[in-house]
Amino acid sequence: MIKVEKRNDVSRSIYFLTPILAIFLTLFGGGIIFFILGFNPIEALKFFFITPISDLYGLSELLVKATPLCLIAIGLSFCFKSNNWNIGAEGQLIFGGIVGGGVALLFYNHDGFYVLPIIILSGAIGGMLFAMIPAILKTYFNTNEILVSLMLVYVAKLLLDYLVVGPWSNPEGFNFPETRQFSESARMPILFDGLRIHAGIFITLITVFLSWLILYKTYLGFQIKVSGLSLKTAKYAGYKGKTMIIIVFMISGACAGLAGVGEITGPIGQLHRNISPDYGFTAIIVAFLGRLNPIGIIFASLIVALTYLGAETAQIFLQVPKYTGQVFQGMILFFLLGSDYLLFFKIKFLGLKKNEL
Amino acid sequence: MYKLFLRSLISVLFLLGFSLNANAEFKVGFVYVGPTGDHGWTYQHHEGRNAVEALGIKTTYVESVPEGADAERVIRQLAQSGHDLIFTTSFGYMDPTNKVAKDFPNVKFEHATGYKREHSNVSTYSARFYEGRTLLGHMAGKMTKTNTIGYIASFPIPEVIRGINAMTLAAQKVNPDIKTKIVWVFTWYDPGKESEAAQALIDQGADIIMQHTDSTAPVQVAEKAGVWSFGQASDMQRFAPKSILTSIIDDWAPYYVERSIAARDGTWKQQDTWHGLKEGMVAMAPYNSAMGSDLVKEVEQLQKDLASGKAHSFTGPIYDQKGNVLVAEGAVADDGMLAGMNVYVKGVEGDIPQ
Repeated sequence: MIKVEKRNDVSRSIYFLTPILAIFLTLFGGGIIFFILGFNPIEALKFFFITPISDLYGLSELLVKATPLCLIAIGLSFCFKSNNWNIGAEGQLIFGGIVGGGVALLFYNHDGFYVLPIIILSGAIGGMLFAMIPAILKTYFNTNEILVSLMLVYVAKLLLDYLVVGPWSNPEGFNFPETRQFSESARMPILFDGLRIHAGIFITLITVFLSWLILYKTYLGFQIKVSGLSLKTAKYAGYKGKTMIIIVFMISGACAGLAGVGEITGPIGQLHRNISPDYGFTAIIVAFLGRLNPIGIIFASLIVALTYLGAETAQIFLQVPKYTGQVFQGMILFFLLGSDYLLFFKIKFLGLKKNEL
Repeated sequence: MYKLFLRSLISVLFLLGFSLNANAEFKVGFVYVGPTGDHGWTYQHHEGRNAVEALGIKTTYVESVPEGADAERVIRQLAQSGHDLIFTTSFGYMDPTNKVAKDFPNVKFEHATGYKREHSNVSTYSARFYEGRTLLGHMAGKMTKTNTIGYIASFPIPEVIRGINAMTLAAQKVNPDIKTKIVWVFTWYDPGKESEAAQALIDQGADIIMQHTDSTAPVQVAEKAGVWSFGQASDMQRFAPKSILTSIIDDWAPYYVERSIAARDGTWKQQDTWHGLKEGMVAMAPYNSAMGSDLVKEVEQLQKDLASGKAHSFTGPIYDQKGNVLVAEGAVADDGMLAGMNVYVKGVEGDIPQ
């Protein structure tokens, strides 16, 4: 018979090494899948993970793709660390985009250095307010934040649909569901000519630094960590649980809102129905792959972004089905959770004893 | 010193990237909005690609490309990896296509259903689906018992409104009591929403279901409810063999073949193409014999007349919902009016969502 026992001595270095192990296992598993599909596994993996970033444009695209993932995941790490399950980052991203986009349309054909900062700020506030709905409902009415935040994703999506089809649609756009292109003053400055990497990356880096500062150097960060480890201890220590829940949701929502506003003022340049290819959900994988640690999340977001680019490149060069990208994301999470289980639990194979027969 | 090093590194990487991707062979790229197996819009574009491939021309496709920030990268990668002609097959690729076209003046771009041709290497193309709708309207007007036609519409853009109007006008011609009920689903592809819409229309008394969305869900609901239906984009007959009277087929193959050959031979020129039954970009699936041989003959004749130009889907007099004249008696609507159509004709129920 098999017995599962909890390990008491989990080494810290192994804890941070398992994500790397998970990535290697994913590469191995991916190679097998490519082989079964009839592709040369080495060549396919090369097109998947190396070709996309073999030139400057590719590197810039990797950062463009990783920026929103990293921002959202950083925000989510505040929630997840304190045992608050915010699953609705996608909705907060969209709502931030709606508010930021609305302000951008308000400033249509309006020049001035202050336009973009106002848009970015309003996007962050939009995401923050939207995230406060599940937080307040949880703290004062005891609702389940997983359900509320998830259902609010649909609310945000439908609101965006309504706005781009109706009141905000481009008056010269033949009723197509999209707004005007924002004015130049409302767009993120491009860092290099010919590349799409934009100033949003600085916002992301500043956010990562601030998160690290809050999580590891402030009393609030300490409270968040303690509540995550043991809610009872936190209560016993006299921490104001309700305020903290609302604060972590606000941080998380603001980050998602920033990601949304970064997308619409960066590579997209307008509002339409597809401003996010489910970044808010993918960022959940990123947050856990990065061990809810700011530095870890930076690397995790780059790796997950690469699976998107790789799926495109592999399809262009080898006509590998596009959905292999999602298979890779799933595999990374699967192997990570699997190795976590083995990390925290010991599996003992015991021989059958006579008295059990 | 450090900066200098960085700069030279960047330029070396750049050169490396370009030289690796340089390729002399003529290649055509396709960008799809859905999976190749959707049995609707993307499926038909993929069939068109297969026809190009059959000529011995090398092609590449990328499926399920979101219409957001990712589209530009995919189009650019195709341009950069040596594709000489790129078809972007969804409206949402309009701005990304024009943006990439600016940076790759030697690559030709073809954007489906859009209206922006900002550079001389961008063409646009679409099909006169409304001619097919006229045929559906004729059949619907003859086949309905409840005088109510259910129409599942996607977005209130001119193309969709044109289809609704063309269908209603043709149905009124053979059955003046006809009413068109519309449900807007605000999606091109969502089997769940589409089947709910079909059911709602049937519950309101519609005994004909037609769709301007791409999944096979509505015809399957119609089959179950025992009402008539029409397939969209591809021949959907096998999904609802009893219910489907015919399908409007988008046949992109001849166009893709013609443009690929032109690009390969250096005769490609910018143009705005709007082909219909005449050129075969709009085709009809076999007619269901359940509607009787007389009606089949009528419809086949009408199809010939539309193709030859003897008949026109928008022949006056045409009135809007308030009774104002849109097209005078004896006149036909010109392409400019069709391209910007944003009012319902008389006989359509409800308002266009604004």
